Amino acid sequence: MSREHLLSISDLGREGIEGVMQLADSFKEVARRPIPKVPTLRGRTVATLFFEASTRTRLSFETAARRLSADVMTFVASSSSLEKGESLRDTVETIDAMGIDAMVVRHRSAGVPSQVTGWTSAAVVNAGDGQHEHPTQALLDCYTIREALSEKMGRELSTDFSGLRIGIVGDICFSRVARSDVLAFSLLGADVTLIAPRTLLPPSLEGWPATATADLDGVLDDLDVVYLLRIQAERAGQVLLPELDEYHSRFGLTRERAARLRKETLVMHPGPMIRGVEIAPEAADLPGSLVTRQVRNGVLVRSAVLLRLLSGTAAGGVDASEEPGA
Amino acid sequence: MDEAGVGRALRRIAHEIIEHNNGLDDLVVVGLQTGGGPLGARLVELLGEIEGAEVAYGTIDVAFYRDDVSLRPVLPEAVTDIPLDLTGKTVVLVDDVLFTGRTVRAALDALADHGRARAVQLAVMVDRGHRELPIRPDYVGKNLPTRKDEVVDVSLEGVRIGEMLEPGEGR
Repeated sequence: MSREHLLSISDLGREGIEGVMQLADSFKEVARRPIPKVPTLRGRTVATLFFEASTRTRLSFETAARRLSADVMTFVASSSSLEKGESLRDTVETIDAMGIDAMVVRHRSAGVPSQVTGWTSAAVVNAGDGQHEHPTQALLDCYTIREALSEKMGRELSTDFSGLRIGIVGDICFSRVARSDVLAFSLLGADVTLIAPRTLLPPSLEGWPATATADLDGVLDDLDVVYLLRIQAERAGQVLLPELDEYHSRFGLTRERAARLRKETLVMHPGPMIRGVEIAPEAADLPGSLVTRQVRNGVLVRSAVLLRLLSGTAAGGVDASEEPGA
Repeated sequence: MDEAGVGRALRRIAHEIIEHNNGLDDLVVVGLQTGGGPLGARLVELLGEIEGAEVAYGTIDVAFYRDDVSLRPVLPEAVTDIPLDLTGKTVVLVDDVLFTGRTVRAALDALADHGRARAVQLAVMVDRGHRELPIRPDYVGKNLPTRKDEVVDVSLEGVRIGEMLEPGEGR
């Protein structure tokens, strides 16, 4: 039996995204309880393997796993035998030998989670690989938009984003979040515009279902969602990026631009947010800002992903004949 | 059993619940998703009509509590909605068919996460036998002897026995 993994948004497709959204809805009720925990994945072990720094994504996955009563094993690269020269493959195989049901992998190189699937019998979740993808971020972004649209417009919860105009602003070229988001948003029918200096756009838009512009002010009034990406400050001043002040005035959500936004425009950011660069300090706290909601929904969506990948592997045989009419 | 039969059985169960509990004080009806949902809702209407009182109603989905979650998809439309803390309440759990008892076992676990009920009673439209756990119903619409491989389908419109579908068909 070949296992299901989550390496890219394209593994899910539109139906898969919808499935995750609906499953995440049932965790909303669980999250409201005094003890927000269900026994579904009792006895399963989820290992988080982070070869690159992260706080929110790792904590979010671990919380999601614990809400399902799974055991959680945390691997931190900086305090591991990798430091002693052990290869990535040996590290993964060692952890696999302990009997793991899911591995959540982050690595600075694209393609590592895909490689890991060859070294373990566990389900592998890509928690960000280099500049490639970060599928659970895109799923929680879709979930947050779906929820906010339903609340603000009073419409039914729907994953049909047709007609929705989403602008992704900032470091598109180096961003795995942008790549996964563009794929997910466009699968759901949204019109995606990439807004960045030419040096931060991909060299070719081939394979990107989106249009691009360097004129934020020209498109801002038409956007339903303004999605800001973190500017990696270490790139500032390099040929790739103007100085941060200049970036802020041309591509940041300044106070003036924030004041221009329609009341129902949604402002999103994957975090960590650098106030004063991609977003003005005041704008980060606008009522339209969904940033904390994105974090909260991350747990629901990751619970749904883990359950989806692990529910096909119940321990022990169960008599299928008990199914009908019970 | 036809629509009228189901209606009469529900009405009788409503009277039995009232008699057994000396009224409706602190009573909460909880429909087990998905089969017990419509039956539970109808039962609440009947209890209200008979006693002239409003009865609290909730629904519970046990997918997260099953010991066989791999066999049964989590149904997104089957939501858990328990509007109050169940501590000190008498819960009447409603389901369409009682078979192995595994769903009810899971439901007891699920209910416990919503407070410590004073008592839990079980109402089912059809008891078809073949129990695998020590669970018995308090209120039964109809005892229906079946073969293990038959399927019992219950709705407010009636009760029907059919052959089991091939895996992958239906349900």
